[in-house]
Amino acid sequence: MAVKTLTIDGRPITAEEGATVLQAATEAGIKIPTLCHLEGVYDVGACRLCIVEITGTTKLLPACTTKVSEGMEVQTQTERLRNYRRMILELLFAERNHVCAVCVSNGHCELQTLAYSQGMEHIRYDYTFPKWNVDTTHRLFGMDHNRCVLCTRCVRACWHIEGAGTKNIAGRGATSKIITDLNQPWGDSDSCTECGKCVMACPTGALFQKGSTVGEMVHDRDKLEFIVTAREKKQWVAAD
Amino acid sequence: MQLDELKAIAEKHRSSRKKIIVRTCMSAGCMSSQADIIKKNLEAEAKAQGLEADVEVRRVGCMGFCGQGPLVGWDNSGEHGLWEFVKPEDAASIIAALKGGECKVQRGDPKHPFFAKQMHIVRANGGIIDPERIEDYIAIGGYTALHHSLTELQPAQVVEEVTKSGLRGRGGAGFPSGLKWGTVAKSPGAKKYVVCNGDEGDPGAFMDRSVLESDPHLVLEGMAIAAYAVGADQGYLYVRAEYPLAISRLQIAIKQAKQLGLLGAGIFESPFNFNVDIRIGAGAFVCGEETALMASVEGKRGTPRPRPPFPAESGLWGCPTLINNVETFANISAIINKGGEWYAGIGTEKSKGTKVFALTGKIKNNGLIEVPMGIPLRQIIMEMGGGAPDGRSIKSVQTGGPSGGCIPADYLDTPVDYESLTKLGSIMGSGGMVVMDDTTNMVEIAKFYMEFCMEESCGKCIPCRAGTVQMFNLLEKITQRKATARDLAKLEELCDMVKNTSLCGLGQTAPNPVISTLKFFRKEYAELLQPDPFGP
Amino acid sequence: MKVRLATVWLGGCSGCHMSFLDLDEFLIDLANAADLVYSPVVDVKDYPENVDLCLIEGAVCNEDNLEILHKIRAHTKVLVSFGDCAVTGNVPAMRNPFGMDNVENVLQCAYVDHAQNNPAVPKADGIVPQLLANVRPVHEMVFVEYFLPGCPPPAARIKALVAQLLAGAVPKLEGEQLKFG
Repeated sequence: MAVKTLTIDGRPITAEEGATVLQAATEAGIKIPTLCHLEGVYDVGACRLCIVEITGTTKLLPACTTKVSEGMEVQTQTERLRNYRRMILELLFAERNHVCAVCVSNGHCELQTLAYSQGMEHIRYDYTFPKWNVDTTHRLFGMDHNRCVLCTRCVRACWHIEGAGTKNIAGRGATSKIITDLNQPWGDSDSCTECGKCVMACPTGALFQKGSTVGEMVHDRDKLEFIVTAREKKQWVAAD
Repeated sequence: MQLDELKAIAEKHRSSRKKIIVRTCMSAGCMSSQADIIKKNLEAEAKAQGLEADVEVRRVGCMGFCGQGPLVGWDNSGEHGLWEFVKPEDAASIIAALKGGECKVQRGDPKHPFFAKQMHIVRANGGIIDPERIEDYIAIGGYTALHHSLTELQPAQVVEEVTKSGLRGRGGAGFPSGLKWGTVAKSPGAKKYVVCNGDEGDPGAFMDRSVLESDPHLVLEGMAIAAYAVGADQGYLYVRAEYPLAISRLQIAIKQAKQLGLLGAGIFESPFNFNVDIRIGAGAFVCGEETALMASVEGKRGTPRPRPPFPAESGLWGCPTLINNVETFANISAIINKGGEWYAGIGTEKSKGTKVFALTGKIKNNGLIEVPMGIPLRQIIMEMGGGAPDGRSIKSVQTGGPSGGCIPADYLDTPVDYESLTKLGSIMGSGGMVVMDDTTNMVEIAKFYMEFCMEESCGKCIPCRAGTVQMFNLLEKITQRKATARDLAKLEELCDMVKNTSLCGLGQTAPNPVISTLKFFRKEYAELLQPDPFGP
Repeated sequence: MKVRLATVWLGGCSGCHMSFLDLDEFLIDLANAADLVYSPVVDVKDYPENVDLCLIEGAVCNEDNLEILHKIRAHTKVLVSFGDCAVTGNVPAMRNPFGMDNVENVLQCAYVDHAQNNPAVPKADGIVPQLLANVRPVHEMVFVEYFLPGCPPPAARIKALVAQLLAGAVPKLEGEQLKFG
């Protein structure tokens, strides 16, 4: 595998050919904020939080889907990027009803952590306060659309790790919605295997285990990466 | 099929022509005003008045002057004429007029600047041939460009010819077509695709619909030549479901072309195979974006994905894919027939050839025009379009739809080319041209386009999904006279962010109507702002 | 010259004020540096003029809230949105999705549909203030200089902000100091 050399925030870095800017940065200990990215499932470049500046292009590119190239100069923390990231987070908070105080994920929510790590102390845009329902029809899990950020991590985990294809997305624009099967109550789903990978994948409190208190409700996101790695490396195949 | 067979079809068709041809526009616009009944009545009258042997009543595509429709044209021994606002009951007097009889139906003037200033390449056959008869297309030289390409040119020579022509993508962005074709041709891969983007969705735009309805074989021939040039054997024509007439004419055209061996296996007895299938869009504007369109063709949810990789390297099912707009493909056979140099002689230094525009809004002459690139906007609006109706004055011209901007009347002398329009904060776009008079409220216009983008945002990326909602709400607040200077500042900040961070072209250009109206009509925004007693 | 400090309680649970009282010995430092000229914990009826600093707890829920808020803005140099209700609308704003411009729906739901006894919407003109169509965070109604999130903000966080303000600095909270909830 060929090696590429590049600079990120002025630091010279080497990365494997084919690696993304995000992978190269993470390996070098440079933190780029992400939300729709999840180790174990493919990237979609949708949340735009990991956008970076690359010398030679006027476009801002998502670090999670942009491949490294020789001599690339990447900036991840300019004033402009920080400002845009904060605005994106504010738009998310204004979009649905994120009430941290009464959320099962308070204290272990990626959205919440992103917000304070990016210096968001209030939301400059008017809250829209849309009406969304909570689907508690499933035996084990619940889905609160008020807290959904439409990152589609649950959809990707369901299709590409579990292979069940239960979760999907319907509608468009601000009325997009994560659905179960053909937009039916989760409890009526024939395809759901109750594996819980969607709950593990969820960055917020939108997907939760029923009956968990705030303290107990911790997403196990690393488990997905563990499963995928074990599968790829055939760690479950007995050596004979 | 060989060239002599093609020529025989053309000759046979030409020699069987009658003396007088009465052309009835049967494009969607005139059809909505009973053009089908008009045609039927004309046929019946020709029979009743004993002119059956001399008169052919022909179904044709769009003649362009849609605002004056339904239109009926006639050709008689080298002379031509036009009737406007035709009603079904006018059939008798129109047929009588062909023999010198009295006719009260409004006569159009073929020398009117609306027609005289046009230059037809893409629309050369529109309003002349019957779009549902391949013989009509063959009779005016159709499919000879494909024959020439397959038998006398190497694929690289076809690409070279397109490159020489200077043709740029007519879908809006204006990417050099030759460069795109060359990239697909050079991309490694045994399987390649050609896709025609007919998902025209800009409000006020109907250029592609008209081309598809009037001359479907022209587009098919362009696609086939492209497929030969890049090494593809499968094409997809993506047409929005709202264009049922275009779809049905394309279906007929594909069937006819297959029957004659002009599509399918071993075209013109060469080793070249090419099939075209239609894919019907289900009503999402974003599917006009190339990566969303391809997702839709693949049967997936029509949402865009980040580029690179570009479709030329990795498109449909991961294969190199050439994707061009309807009008781009419609230029190809003329470029092959007359040469890239001929084409490059039309237009300006960087914008070659002609462009079709849909001229609509507050303008006297509504319709479809094809003009050489570089023509001043003033000639289009004031001379061809006749200016604003009811004695009003022109305030602004919107080009490029929701991705474009509003050009104020002070800039009407701007030449219509890619660079000049971009410099003014608008874009060439696909060809929508909406004219506004002095009664138009520009903030309302910006709000209209923002609402359109908000409703058409696919919801995948946050800046576009949530940003358009906030921008629309701020615009609504401004038009309701509830906003302050702080709100306007927020709007401008959002415009900048959504433009720079959105995933695809929809979001990246959604703020343009706001940005351009703020640039030229900021006073109208300022007048609506309220004092801010509880502000900083 | 002591700083003229006010705290005000709009639509909230008073938890932020409880957290304020949790400042322990810092309250003594505060008393030396500031005069508390208006607060739920002092017996002053009208919001005074020339206030230097006001901490506002709670969201803007009813006409009274809005009226005093306008007065506060006019009479105060520096406003701080104090706690999540003031900053985000928080729990009081959870009624909004029931009907953004139809407060009757909310009252019907609370006092009639789910009432066990005497279902009726309480009405006492001039005594019970009218609810606003929907609940808004403070900065959507008036300009606010600084924000102190938290439900409630822990005493240490309040101290960090107030101490910076009293020292005449532009206060800066970072990282977990900005955590909602």
